[in-house]
Amino acid sequence: MENLFNSELKVINMGLEGFAETLKERGTQVLHVRWQPPAMGDDNLLNLLDKLK
Amino acid sequence: MSKIDQANQEAVKKMMMSRPVWVDIGRAKDVIPGLKDNLFLHAGPPITWDRMSGPLKGAIIGGLIYEGKAKNAEEAKKIAASGEIEFAPCHHYNTVGPMAGVTTPSQMVFIVEDEEWGGNTYSNMNEGYGKVLRYGAYDDEVLNRLRWLDEVYAPCLKEAVKLAKGVDMKSIIAQALHMGDDAHNRNRATTSLFIRTIAPFIVETEFGKEKDYDAPRLDLSNVSEYFNNKASIASEVLAFMHSNDLTSLNAIMAACKSMALAAHGVENSTMVTTMARNGTDFGIRVSSTGDKWFTAPANVPDGLFFSGFKSSDANRDIGDSVITETVGVGGFAMAAAPAIVNFIGGSPADAFDATNEMYEITVAENSNFNIPAMDFKGTPTGIDVRKVVEKNIVPRINTGIAHKEAGIGQVGAGIVKPPMEMFIDALKELAK
Repeated sequence: MENLFNSELKVINMGLEGFAETLKERGTQVLHVRWQPPAMGDDNLLNLLDKLK
Repeated sequence: MSKIDQANQEAVKKMMMSRPVWVDIGRAKDVIPGLKDNLFLHAGPPITWDRMSGPLKGAIIGGLIYEGKAKNAEEAKKIAASGEIEFAPCHHYNTVGPMAGVTTPSQMVFIVEDEEWGGNTYSNMNEGYGKVLRYGAYDDEVLNRLRWLDEVYAPCLKEAVKLAKGVDMKSIIAQALHMGDDAHNRNRATTSLFIRTIAPFIVETEFGKEKDYDAPRLDLSNVSEYFNNKASIASEVLAFMHSNDLTSLNAIMAACKSMALAAHGVENSTMVTTMARNGTDFGIRVSSTGDKWFTAPANVPDGLFFSGFKSSDANRDIGDSVITETVGVGGFAMAAAPAIVNFIGGSPADAFDATNEMYEITVAENSNFNIPAMDFKGTPTGIDVRKVVEKNIVPRINTGIAHKEAGIGQVGAGIVKPPMEMFIDALKELAK
């Protein structure tokens, strides 16, 4: 754990891009992964999608 | 592979096998089956006069004056509101029109034939940029240009395409993607190829021989003073084509409609075969759900505005030109056209992002259209309603921007997102 905080920070950010942008502004290397819950997390839509597989 | 996935593969294969060829030009009421004297076609899903936006109303007003049914705008508004004229989507008549898309019975239209699957699609003549009917402008300059297009330009092109024995539109789109076009908002290459293909035949027509004639003339002093009363009609036609990068757009759109039509009606398919906007609503249709439209309020495009105009001048999204994205070009092929960002905003990296994102919601890489800078990868083609909803990613659309008031015209160009609600409604229908 001590090594983690003493080494150069390299971040993979998933989901909200704002976190990645803030780190980038501070000079941290960030790889942003666009991710969001399937079907906007809506159970009804997920059920419909299941029917249409 | 599930039956839905198989159906989508069949639909996209049919789309990609379509071979649209521009074969002729004719008067709308003579060549479009079902079109009649009191029927005006418009872009997008069905809409009544009272719900039409400014630019669509302006184009209807202009159309009524052009057809000789009204003497002025006030009279035209009364006729439009009276029910004397019927309105219907271009798509119901296998026709497509950019922006307002107003196609009136006397207008001349490109006739594109699908040499693989049969059947014709149609689109009228492109008027150029700025103050034009398709953006809702209808003053004398606009109407005189329409007359010239229908009485001089179209007959010349008709004779030329007959001599050429047809023009392969799919080949022009494929080549143009290798020359920096997206075949929707950037048309410099498509139009150059279009001119290069048809020009030798234009000069061979009877319009290439006569310089003294009674036909209406178009002021082409913006190209060269030479053309004012000194040139043959053929030369004027070529000068106009050269002056308008959008010359090929309507024929390209008719070709794209041909491809989309080929994919329609495949049982179990969840693939989108129509996307269109009327300036009030956005509408889609899906391969296996027949003629049913799924609609939602259209969004306002975001982009770059011409000098003197601002975002609050913009009308909601309008036009059938999104037929290009429906078949895997336009915004879906943005990576082929990085220079387009000069016109619609953003950076070249955004253009690549746009294309890459569209692979997330499509069923195939196009076998005809590819992008050199992506190792000739086929463009993302065939929008799957399921993927749109699952990924929460809507199709990427490049578009012109119309002023929200009738009579003004184009005020900019940019990008627009279709509303997610109509994809959700389509999903619900498909799951029934």
